[in-house]
This record gives sequence, structure tokens and C-alpha cells, in this order.
Amino acid sequence: MTEALYDNLIAKDRWLYLIRGLGTTLTITFFAVILGIILGFLVAIIRSTYEKTHKLKILNVVCQIYLTVIRGTPVIVQLLIMYYIVFVSMSSKVFVAVIAFGINSGAYVAEIIRGGIMSIDNGQFEGGRSLGFSYVQTMIYIILPQVFKNVLPALANEFIVLLKETSVSGYIALQDLTKGGDIIRSQTYNAYVPLLLVAAIYLCMVMIFTYLVKQLERRLRNSER
Amino acid sequence: MSDKTPLIQIKHLSKAFGSLHAVKDVSTDIFKGEVVVIVGPSGSGKSTFLRCLNRLEEPTGGEIIMDGVNLMDPKVDMDKHRQKMGMVFQHFNLFPHMTILKNMTIAPVKLQGKTKSEAEETAMMYLQRVGLADRANAYPNQLSGGQKQRIAIVRALCMAPEVMLFDEPTSALDPEMVGEVLKVMTDLAKEKTTMVVVTHEMGFAREVADRIMFMADGQVLEEGTPEEFFNNPKNPRLKEFLSKII
Repeated sequence: MTEALYDNLIAKDRWLYLIRGLGTTLTITFFAVILGIILGFLVAIIRSTYEKTHKLKILNVVCQIYLTVIRGTPVIVQLLIMYYIVFVSMSSKVFVAVIAFGINSGAYVAEIIRGGIMSIDNGQFEGGRSLGFSYVQTMIYIILPQVFKNVLPALANEFIVLLKETSVSGYIALQDLTKGGDIIRSQTYNAYVPLLLVAAIYLCMVMIFTYLVKQLERRLRNSER
Repeated sequence: MSDKTPLIQIKHLSKAFGSLHAVKDVSTDIFKGEVVVIVGPSGSGKSTFLRCLNRLEEPTGGEIIMDGVNLMDPKVDMDKHRQKMGMVFQHFNLFPHMTILKNMTIAPVKLQGKTKSEAEETAMMYLQRVGLADRANAYPNQLSGGQKQRIAIVRALCMAPEVMLFDEPTSALDPEMVGEVLKVMTDLAKEKTTMVVVTHEMGFAREVADRIMFMADGQVLEEGTPEEFFNNPKNPRLKEFLSKII
């Protein structure tokens, strides 16, 4: 057992594959989450504005197409298209992965936020508008703070999915956490140690993230009682 | 009626939902300091009419002239005009993520350029008046229905509106809470606040209204002072309506 651990981690500094892989995984996830939130937020605002006021018709059609294509095709295929077709001359694979995962996540985030906006009672819009707030001001001051609290669990879930989804980055020869473990396995011919370790690291990250979200949710709830 | 020129002139106002004509060609003037109560059977278009006045419901025809401006003009800045038209809803529509004080100060601060302390001073003055000063830092969920509605009324008043629109303000309340809300509204009427009230509270209409309008099928079938209205109704629909509720 000790020998296996030594062989897979210490010898030839193989642990570095895991650490560097983890760094890559976290970098991709972090920036993809940010891109996903920005994209998803914009799409959700456009779609719900269209549903409520019938304005922004053309943008709404563009958003519909985006949602249909992204949610209708596998993320690995999207990643490969980005790498081999869209960004052929791009040297940074991390950049390509961030764009691909961010655009993918944005579609799911958009529907989560749109659902959150549509679930707010219309009386809240009317309350805001009747005081003299414009549509945009009503959104910013009155609707979105309530939406944020309601959609937090669903958003957290989406980010957990995204974190794990980045494990397919190896398809474009990116050395993320999964790929790192796989490289060790291919060198030592030992599957148990590297793969179980990789799984444990993902699990730990998700658990830490879940804990943080729970804290945030509790704090948001406290502000209402 | 304390003023000769109407505060709001409504001319041939209509609202259609597809083929359903909820409001049909209603014309009336609302004078400064006047309390107009609108009654009628459910589905008569009275709420829709009221909501058309600040274009929360988009009218399909007619004119609403306030301060010499036709609010139906597409170039009109309706957000600006809504600041002058306070509205109270059946379901209160308080903002659940804000304290009472924040509910009352956010619009004056963001829209009228008041400082936070100015706005809070006004809000506290109003809270004092409706006996809820001790709830300033509570959240709407912690209040009873009657308390929520009193807050909703003073929230609208914090914008110093020229007219207050009430859309069935007591219909969602438990019976024992109706009185406290009507009391606040009666006090407002005594102070010569211009009010348009859609309600089923006939006692309130009789005592507080300067003028009562009876609506049915989207039209005003009869209007007059409370005495005329209750003691000498002319329209057969109104007679039938009154016989059912009194």
C-alpha cells in the first residue's frame, strides 16, 4: 500500500500532475462560471422582458436559438467544435475550454434565472411601477434581489455540474485533474490510487462548495426574519 | 369639491381584452380634494378602470388628462407621472426583502433625490400616524394583513402623490382588520387627500365619499352623492345591486 502510494505520488514528483491538474480544473471552472452567469443573466433578462412586455422580439429569437442549440448538443461536441473549428489558431487551450464551458453553462443558468423572474408575483412589478420606478429600476431594486435568493440552490447545482463536466477537457489534450490522474495511471499501471484520489478531490471540492452555499443561503434567509 | 378645475379629466376611456370590453367609454372628472368611490358587481370593470388611470393596465382608447398632460400621449414619461399617483393594491404588494422603513424610503430616495435621513424622517412621521412606528425595522412577513395594508398606504404617501388610487384595499383582509385600514383612509379623506377608491365597503362609501360611481358591464350607470345614491337610486341595475348588499 505504502509502496503504491509512493510510486503513484512521490516518485518522479507525480503528485504534481494532480496539483497542476486541479489548478487547471479550478481555473476553467471559475472563469466558465463567471462567463455562464453573465451570459445566462443577459439571456434571462431578454427572455423575461419579452415575455412580460413583448419588447426585444429579435433578441428573444436569437436567445431561443442559442438555448436550443446549446442544450440540444453534447458539451464534448461543443468543446471539440470550439477547439478544432472556431478557435483553430488559438494557442491557449484553457481559454478555449473556458469559452466552451461558459457558453454551455450560460444556457442552463439563463433558464434557471428566467424561471426565478417569472415566479415572482406580478404584484411586485406593479408595486414597483406604481411608485414610479421604470421597468429597469423595478428589476434591479425589487425583482432581482428576490430572484437571487430563490434561484441560489438551483444555481449552485449548476455550478457543481459544471465543475465535474470540465473533466472532459482531456478531449482537447488539456491536463486537468482527471487527465492528470489518468497520466499517472498510464505511467504506473496502477488504476486504484490515482483514480480514487481524483474522485476524492472532486468530492471534496463539491462538499466545500456546498457548505459555502449553505452558509450563504442561511445568511440570506436570516435577513427576512 | 374644493376646486373648480379637475385634477384628472378622463375622456372616453376604454379598455378591451381581445373581444372583451372591460371598460367602455367612461368619462368623468376627478377634482382636487375629492373622494370618489367606485362600486359595482364583480367583473364590472371598476378595478380595470382604476388601473387604467396610471396605465398599469394599458387603456385601448380615450384620454386621461392630468396637470394639463394627456397621459395617453406615447411621448409622456409615465414613470414620472406615476410618482404623483399613489396606488394601494388588494394584495399590498410590499417588497418582502426589505424592512418596512426601506419599503417606504426606497422610492423617495431613488426617484425624488431625497437623502436617506429626510426620507426616513417622513416615513417615521407616517408610521407614527398609523400607529406602526415600532415596526419600522420589521419585515412585511412579520405583519398582519391590516398592518401590511396600512404600511402600503403610507408607502404610497411617502411619495407625496397628488392622488391616491385604492384597488379594493380591504378585500383580502380578515374582517377584524378591515376597520383599521378604513380608519386610515377616512383620516386621509378628512385631510382633503384626492382619492379614487374601488371597494365593496358600503359603509365607507356612504360616510366618506363625495361622489359614488356605480359601474356595471364596463360602464358608469349612475353617479351621485351618497345620499342620492343610497336613498334614491334610479338605474334598475343599481337598485338590484343595492338590494343584494344592504
